[in-house]
Amino acid sequence: MNVVFLGATKGIGRAVARKLAERGDRIALIGRDVEDLKRSAADLEALGGSVPATIPCDLLDRATIEPALASAWEALGKVDAVVVTAGLFGTQDALEADADMRDRVLTADFTNTVHVCEASAVRLIEAGGGTLCVLSSVSGDRPRKTAYLYGAAKAGLSFYLEGLDLKYRDAGLKTVLIKPGFIKTGMTEGLPVPPFATVPEAIAPAIVRAIDRGTGVAYVPGIWRFVMLAICSLPKFVMRKLNF
Amino acid sequence: MRSVATPVLPVTRNATATSAATRLSGWGRSPVVEGLERIGEDLERLTRDVSLTRGLGRSYGDSSLPAKGGGTIASTRLADRILAFDPETGVLRAEAGLSLFALNRALLDRGWFTPVSPGTQFVTLGGMVASDVHGKNHHEAGTFGRHVSRLLLRAGSGDIVETGPDVERELFDATVGGMGLTGHILEVEVRLKRVNSPWIWSESETAPDFETLAERLVDAGRSWPYTVAWADLLHPSGRGILVKGRWAEPGEAPTTKFTWPGAVAIPFDMPGWAINPLSMRMFNALYLAKHGRRTRTGIAHPQSFFYPLDAILDWNRAYGSRGFTQYQCVIPKESGVAAAAKFARLVRETGGLPCLVVVKDFGPEGPGVLSFPKPGITFAIDLPVTDVTPGLVARLNDVVAAEGGRVYLTKDAFTSREHFRAMEPRLAAFDDVRRRWDPDRKIRSAQSVRLLGDNE
Ligand SMILES: Cc1cc2nc3c(=O)[nH]c(=O)nc-3n(C[C@H](O)[C@H](O)[C@H](O)COP(=O)(O)OP(=O)(O)OC[C@H]3O[C@@H](n4cnc5c(N)ncnc54)[C@H](O)[C@@H]3O)c2cc1C
Ligand SMILES: NC(=O)c1ccc[n+]([C@@H]2O[C@H](COP(=O)([O-])OP(=O)(O)OC[C@H]3O[C@@H](n4cnc5c(N)ncnc54)[C@H](OP(=O)(O)O)[C@@H]3O)[C@@H](O)[C@H]2O)c1
Repeated sequence: MNVVFLGATKGIGRAVARKLAERGDRIALIGRDVEDLKRSAADLEALGGSVPATIPCDLLDRATIEPALASAWEALGKVDAVVVTAGLFGTQDALEADADMRDRVLTADFTNTVHVCEASAVRLIEAGGGTLCVLSSVSGDRPRKTAYLYGAAKAGLSFYLEGLDLKYRDAGLKTVLIKPGFIKTGMTEGLPVPPFATVPEAIAPAIVRAIDRGTGVAYVPGIWRFVMLAICSLPKFVMRKLNF
Repeated sequence: MRSVATPVLPVTRNATATSAATRLSGWGRSPVVEGLERIGEDLERLTRDVSLTRGLGRSYGDSSLPAKGGGTIASTRLADRILAFDPETGVLRAEAGLSLFALNRALLDRGWFTPVSPGTQFVTLGGMVASDVHGKNHHEAGTFGRHVSRLLLRAGSGDIVETGPDVERELFDATVGGMGLTGHILEVEVRLKRVNSPWIWSESETAPDFETLAERLVDAGRSWPYTVAWADLLHPSGRGILVKGRWAEPGEAPTTKFTWPGAVAIPFDMPGWAINPLSMRMFNALYLAKHGRRTRTGIAHPQSFFYPLDAILDWNRAYGSRGFTQYQCVIPKESGVAAAAKFARLVRETGGLPCLVVVKDFGPEGPGVLSFPKPGITFAIDLPVTDVTPGLVARLNDVVAAEGGRVYLTKDAFTSREHFRAMEPRLAAFDDVRRRWDPDRKIRSAQSVRLLGDNE
């Protein structure tokens, strides 16, 4: 498979890219630090993948998105999937206190991720179809006192991705919306660890399966589907009381 | 209990966050200290202002723990990328947090294995260098450090230095086996070993008493690359099992596709009762009985040959809340098998010990300034921590020091500074290197405070 990958340098993205590499996929890496992308490229190649290009793209700088996709398309020739695992996190307290940080998280996780998706969708559909896989979050399913600012960006993203899937699946664009639960990565380091927490290696196979099958929405690990079903059914007065 | 279909690395579970600080411990879960651990993918940034770097915390005692006033330490767990691999020569360069677990899964099936493997895969390359680990093939291959061609280090001075046997050699030699005290290892370059199949051909036999066991162990080393013995020191004879192995030839290997055993879940919160000391002891006692008298031969999976304990992911919890320690020492070759046998009897007489003790023979000493192995017989003994443990360790250390032996720092939690100094004439050379590269003694650990006299 030929994949354009934004976010393969760390965390969940690193684990997913490794799974793809192990089966020999060709991966064009895009991200904000080309030197670091090259180190990830070496890792993926040692595992059996091939990385024909490492291309600068900063999720906080909209102007870099389209040129990066254009270069990636050129390097790969044909693209089967675009995978976006890049994202930013901020605690509720930090995001309330710091407007600049708020701006960055909302921009990276919603606005500019939407721009990446729009540009990718156009290209994939033009070429006859393909898969667009994006990491949103269970945090976008229901506002909670401790994560509604980050959650709002993810809610917007999930909303957008579901719409994209409704409109363009018949045109050949398979939108795969991934909703991870709590995963132990650099992003969540230091946060209190809730039940069902796991590591990227444990969910990467399920994400790759969702990409291969074109699954519309996938909770990873799967248990979070039921956890969120339960949380979404709680009445508002209960949510007001809960501190999680 | 949850089950996850893919094998994943169990994370040392000590993240009971108390405000900002965390309770940190080594594999023995004793001692436990309060400290700040910083984790991330970018080691160069992570190590700018930390007092120590650790890997997966599989050292037993206090070598990977911060000194009291040591501030923050770095964990390499997420810095785990392969940076280069040459399939012609087997030379691999990687970030220091790459685990043996990941390396084995990436490369064994393609014909490459670590030149030296400890008894668990849940270790990092950085940890393997810092402890200068040995394996069942020490008599033939030496320690891990012998196969390392380059280390990229951040010295205590903050400088980033490329070292190797031919560049900044002093610093390199002190870092190999230096328990993280000479600098933060950022990258490791090592020559892997070519193997003809991923399978092991193994033979094992019982020996009626300790002398016979030790003699056969040394003897077996002449023709087998991998040898190890398990001695039953609760039994008056000190009887045991001798295990020998070599890589299988393609013709001997099973024709089925090689895979690593799957379905290993990450027990973040495995209940403490899953295994307990009683079941562990019974397991040990049955081990010998099950083997029987005859010689067993056959093909073994590398997982069961090299890492029998990895299947029980959280076995360190079996020893209860006070944790345990592993006492590992070497009785020098000059003292002869008789001295080793005498030591074995002492171990038995001190009493209250688990049944099985791992015994190995060591080949020549390597260049690592504080590297543990030297020619002789090594004993590794698991001890539950109780009020008598320090006294017990001191009694064993009296004998080891008198024989000219020494203890393995990566396992140690109870040796006194006096015993350590008596065993370590090499300490002055080590201190010289530290003075030169870390004039302000920024790097230190709970262990270096205890044994090397660093400030808290
Ligand atoms: C079941 C089991 C079996 C074992 N069998 C063997 C065996 O057969 N032979 C053997 O030799 N050992 C054995 N060990 C011990 C183990 O191999 C060592 O303790 C090893 O160093 C652990 O690696 P780690 O990555 O967990 O390091 P840690 O335990 O995290 O750290 C160990 C030491 O290395 C230092 N360190 C780690 N990473 C770095 C870095 N990047 N830069 C600088 N310093 C660093 C730490 O400061 C500390 O001093 C065994 C351990 C277990 C649990
Ligand atoms: N971890 C969780 O518990 C969890 C739960 C639900 C959802 N998620 C979502 O899953 C995704 C991955 O999370 P993670 O835990 O793997 O995070 P992570 O370890 O912090 O990795 C984040 C990745 O995003 C990239 N990135 C960040 N900012 C960027 C920018 N401005 N431009 C380009 N790339 C940028 C990073 O690249 P650099 O190497 O350049 O930093 C890195 O590869 C995120 O969208 C996150 O919101 C995570």
